[in-house]
Order: sequence, then structure tokens, then C-alpha cells
Amino acid sequence: MSEMAIALDRLSAGYGGEDVIHDLSLQVGSGELIAVLGPNGSGKSTLLKVLLGLLKPTSGSALLWGDEPRVANRHVGYIPQHRDFDADLPIRGRELVELGISGMHYGIPWSKKATRVQVDRAIEQVGARGYADAPVGMLSGGEQQRLRIAQALIGNPNILLCDEPLLALDLKRQQEITGVINHFRTDHDTAVLFVTHEINPILPYVDRVLYLVNGRAAIGEPHEVLTTERLTDLYGIPVDVHDHNGRIMVIAGEEGTSGLTGHHHDHQHEERPWA
Amino acid sequence: MGLGNYLALPFAQHALLAGTLIAIICGVIGPFVIARQMAFAVHGAAELSFTGAAAGLVVAGNPIAGALMGSVVVAGLIGVLGEKPRERDSAIGVVLAAGLGLGVLLLSHYQGFASAATNILFGNIFGVSRGDLFLLVGLALVVLLAMMTIYRPLLFSSVDPELAKARGVPTRLLGILFLVLLAVTVTEAAQIVGTLLVLSLAITPAAAAQRIAAAPLAVTGVSIGIALVATDGGILLSLNGTTVPPTVFVTGLSFGLYVLARLIGPTLARRRRERLRVLRAAEV
Repeated sequence: MSEMAIALDRLSAGYGGEDVIHDLSLQVGSGELIAVLGPNGSGKSTLLKVLLGLLKPTSGSALLWGDEPRVANRHVGYIPQHRDFDADLPIRGRELVELGISGMHYGIPWSKKATRVQVDRAIEQVGARGYADAPVGMLSGGEQQRLRIAQALIGNPNILLCDEPLLALDLKRQQEITGVINHFRTDHDTAVLFVTHEINPILPYVDRVLYLVNGRAAIGEPHEVLTTERLTDLYGIPVDVHDHNGRIMVIAGEEGTSGLTGHHHDHQHEERPWA
Repeated sequence: MGLGNYLALPFAQHALLAGTLIAIICGVIGPFVIARQMAFAVHGAAELSFTGAAAGLVVAGNPIAGALMGSVVVAGLIGVLGEKPRERDSAIGVVLAAGLGLGVLLLSHYQGFASAATNILFGNIFGVSRGDLFLLVGLALVVLLAMMTIYRPLLFSSVDPELAKARGVPTRLLGILFLVLLAVTVTEAAQIVGTLLVLSLAITPAAAAQRIAAAPLAVTGVSIGIALVATDGGILLSLNGTTVPPTVFVTGLSFGLYVLARLIGPTLARRRRERLRVLRAAEV
């Protein structure tokens, strides 16, 4: 059997002796796109930290192409959680993208011709040519996010880890961003873990869903996992899944049937009206 | 005696040489100070280099060596006490207040010339001995080389620390190294403008450059240029038949250039925004 892009075997991990991920097993092949869903604190970001080599598993194993995760792994691209750059940060989109390949290099900071060509290509790839020479602080959230994606893609990773890349973007931008990422993965046969609260923009591209709740996990194709029975079992409380003309909404509340417009701000029982 | 006569004298030449190198390292450090939101750390390191200088003066009659040691120790302390800007600022406030009090105590035991204390606070590049000048020049070269070497990883960890860490950049170590380089730079700058006015060389040129340039290396370049004009210009003006110390001219020039940058900055930003609008429209 050929090496899997990502292979988790009974992986447990967490902080300060408290595991948020318990006994998680998962195999991701090249070119596969997995949506990672679940309420806050369910271990989605923790899983990415392990795969980035920033956090050691407490037990079990995680392998990327058969190797233990480590920082500075050139096969792994990473799109961190979206947050706006400071308005007066002295950097343009172009340099931001370039940091993706030369940001870890010491020495005189001139960029080589070959690097500049690579940067241009990455900028082109995400359709950011029009604003790559503007200071990043001047750009909209969606534009900044495209540049972050170019920064992650510039090294041609064959594993791509995305931590809520759609946060705080409007529906149109969400669709554009997911389109760009999907296009790259089909072109490069890249395995993608896509942590998100918004399943609908990526639903057309998702191969499987990894749903994490309180240390438990459900894995399978969207139509298998995103069902009332499966999620009720996973959450341990009544959960409603609505298919609304192909748009999926999950409502996990105390009553479970609080309706599409209900609002619960209960940390234990989260409501996720995905739109 | 005119400017030409002064320029033939070793003390003036040395001051200009040291001033040039110090201006360059201030220009290089400044944009990172702003990007990492460390203006208060600069002020803290400067105030505490005053304590170090006072200690050096009392113990060995050598304020510069004391100031260097003081500011480097403080940089280490700040680095260890607080990594996040918010924790860091309160840590600096605490260390600064305690250290400054100690400095006052030390100075009260000093029996020498009163001007020594004024020199520490307000700077006097002409009063620096030959041996100290060599020390200043040597250290400035070390800072410059170090900054050139870590430029890209430092930029990466200033722009996106989380991502830089995942990419294998030792962000915490770089942060502490930068603090030490900053402390040395601050002590050097204090020889020209004094510990109280260090910000005029370590922040003002970079703040002005940011209004003018956009790319990191361009910002650094403009920041160096402004620091050079302010420092060398200030030294030359003060040599030109006045008794006014260079500090006054250096801070004045630096502030004047900042005001200028603030005046033309909005026009440049508007032009950039306009170009951005056109290019965005062309993309669609």
C-alpha cells in the first residue's frame, strides 16, 4: 500500500495534561479534501497544531507521508485563521507571499530572480495580481486572505492545512476562496484538511467530513455524517440537521428543535446555523 | 572657527563617523520596533541605560560600558517577563520605574562633574572618548550585520508569528535577540541624543518612512535616510559656530522630517489607493 498523505492512528493530544483529541484514527489520501467540523474547543485547531509539528501527541501517532510531523516541513502548506493585518504594517502583498518561501531564510534579504518569478506565479494563481503591490493594510479581508493562500501555496505543498480560512468573509468571497483552494488541490493532487464553521461553501468539493465533538469523532461522506441520527449520537443531545435546498443547517440546542432562526448562546450546546 | 576648520579635527570626524553608523542601525531597527509595537520597550531600555550609565559612572567612571550592560540586562528581563505586547508593556513599566529610582540613588553618590549626568540624559557625541568611539563603531557594525542576517525571519515573525513558528522560525529566540540588538542600538543612540530623546532616532525616522514607502526594504531605506540626515545634519549644524549641542538639531531635524512625511503621506496614500482601484477594476 502506498503511503498516505495523512495517517492518524489512535491519536490523542491536548494541553496541560488534558486531551481534547481522543483516540482519533483517520487516513487521508492525496488529492482528498476533508472538512473538519465541530464546536469551539473540540480539537480542530489542536489537530492542525499536531500536524504542523507544534504540539506533540500524548499518545498514538500522526504521520505525514510516513514521517512524524515537524515544523518547517516543505510538503505542508498552512493557512492560519484569518485576522486582519494592522493598517500600517510596512509590507505589501508581494512580500507577504514571498515570506512563504524565503521567510525562514537567514542572510542578505535580496530576493533572487527565480523567487520573484515564483511569487508572481503564486499571485496569479489566486487572482491577486491587481492588488499585490499595495500595502496589505489597505486591502479588504477577502484580498488579504487570497494573499495568505498564495503564501501557503507558493511552496507547492502536497498537504494543505486550512484553519477557518472563511472566517469573517461574505458568501461570495467564501465561494471564491474555496474555489481557489479546490482548483489547487485538483491541479496538484494535494490532500486538504479544511477546518471550518461554514460547510456550505465547500460542500460541493468535500470528499469526507471529520466531525469532532467533546473528544469524539464521526468520519464519513457528508451525507453519512451530517444526519440527525449521527450528530445526535455524537453530541449526546438532540441535534437537528436540515437540508435546505442543498444547504445544510445543523442545530444543536437544548431543545434541539428550536427552529432555523433560534439563537442559543449556550457554550455547552452550540447552535450552528450554517449559511 | 568655521565648519571647515572643525571638520579637520579628529573629534568632529569621529563624531560624524559614529553618528553615521548609529543613524544606520537606528534606521534599520525602527520599522521593526513599529511593526512589533515596541515603542515603549525602546523608551524602557533607554531609561534603564540611564541607570546603567549612572552605575558605570560611579563604579568605573565609564558611563557607556555601564549603559550597555544595563540596557542588555533589561532587554533580557523584558524578553523573559513578557512576550505578548500587553504583558510586555506592564513588565516594562515595572522594571523601568524600579530601575530609574536606582539610577537616581547611584547619581546621588556621584562626586564628579554635574555635566556627566546631563550628558547621559541629553547626549553629547563630542564628549565621547576615543576608545569609547571605537566601541560604539564596532558594536554598531555588529548590530548592522546581525540585523541583515535575521531580516527576513524577523520580518516573518513580526508579520505573522503563528505561521512563522509553523515554518520553523524560532520566533521567541528571535524576539529576545531583537531586544538585545535594540538595547545596544538604544545605548548607542543615547550617546548622540541622550537617553531621554532616544525615540527621536529609534522611532521617528521609521514612523516617517512608513508614511512614504510601502515595501519593507523601501521603508527601511527611507528610514535610514531620514536618520542619516537628522544625525549627520544635526552634528554639522552644531559644529557650525554654535554652542547649541547636536541633540537639539538632531531631534529638531528628525521631527521636521516626520512632519514633512505626515504632510506628503496622505497624497502618496491617495495615489496608491487610486492605482489600486484602477488595477482592481482591470482584474474584473
